[in-house]
Amino acid sequence: MRQGPLPAPAARAALAPMPSLTAFALAYVRIGLIGFGGVNAWARRVLVEERAWITEQQYAEVLGIAQVLPGPNALNVAIQLGERWHGAAGALVGAFALFSGPLLVLVGLALLHDTYGEVKLVQAVLAGTAAAAAGMILGTALKMITKLRPSWPILLMGGLALAGALARLPLPLIVLGLAPFGIAAAWWGARR
Amino acid sequence: MNDSPLFQLALGFVALSLIAVGGGIAVVPEMNRLAVDVHGWMDDARFAQLFALAQAAPGPNVLVVGLIGWQVAGLKGMLVATLAMTGPAGLIAYGFSRFRRRLAGARWLRLTEAGLVPIAVGLILASGVILGQAAALAPICVALTLGATVFVWRSDRSPLWVLAAGALAGAVFL
Repeated sequence: MRQGPLPAPAARAALAPMPSLTAFALAYVRIGLIGFGGVNAWARRVLVEERAWITEQQYAEVLGIAQVLPGPNALNVAIQLGERWHGAAGALVGAFALFSGPLLVLVGLALLHDTYGEVKLVQAVLAGTAAAAAGMILGTALKMITKLRPSWPILLMGGLALAGALARLPLPLIVLGLAPFGIAAAWWGARR
Repeated sequence: MNDSPLFQLALGFVALSLIAVGGGIAVVPEMNRLAVDVHGWMDDARFAQLFALAQAAPGPNVLVVGLIGWQVAGLKGMLVATLAMTGPAGLIAYGFSRFRRRLAGARWLRLTEAGLVPIAVGLILASGVILGQAAALAPICVALTLGATVFVWRSDRSPLWVLAAGALAGAVFL
């Protein structure tokens, strides 16, 4: 099949060349280790803003697929991008790079937490960081919306996903229930 | 063999990962049921502690399964639980990616991917709101969340700045 009339993202010209396996692995080690408060926001930051390996639209699409597939989203993104750029080796490297650093940190934290978890200062620092991390996630979503300039049906779909999640509907229901309408909205947008 | 904790960890988390549409965090309630009610590996308070710890640490929040595994069977348990949560689901993502290559450029696939974007972004927004509500222990927390939102939205500087500011503000004001 030939390519459909979806608009090519304007930023494509500004993309960097495809990363080497090593560069990809290092980027994912970085994403894992600085990924405080939500890895997806950091993956977007590194892949789209810092390295310019993919566009805003491409990242949002890979993340969308990752949410429909079962399993951790950040992992599904790493595996899809790794496979796209370096086949099976890329997928494996992406998954290991994403998880190995944080796992080591967690072992250390688990040991420390048993000793210092009740200390007031530790709890205060964690509370402040959690509040800022929530803002980081909100800001990332707003930035994506600003850059993607969605059509109104697409915006409506995003609003419904937001509302459904805030109503605490089960995520599989939201994702699978809204997917057909999202696809219809994309189709409607591409026709115009 | 079937009664060994490692086997139960593997079985439980493989099953969880395969119903985790929307992300690993989607199945936290089910994870809680598995660890507390079904197997009695820990009580509710311990589960909440481990979850908070996984959120505070860098990396995917789904790594809470590693901590549950650690609690059950030490390092071996951590590795088994993490592999169970990531392996089979990862294979599916890999399979999809190969499949996508064969279809490269197919119009329906492009429309499907574009159509999932608003759901992805809407869910990110929702998780920000939910985490913000959970973190709103004091007015300063709400101010931190709003300030961080505007900073990350409007500036291209690293979000590490807002996290550091949050940690500092927490230490001083909370």
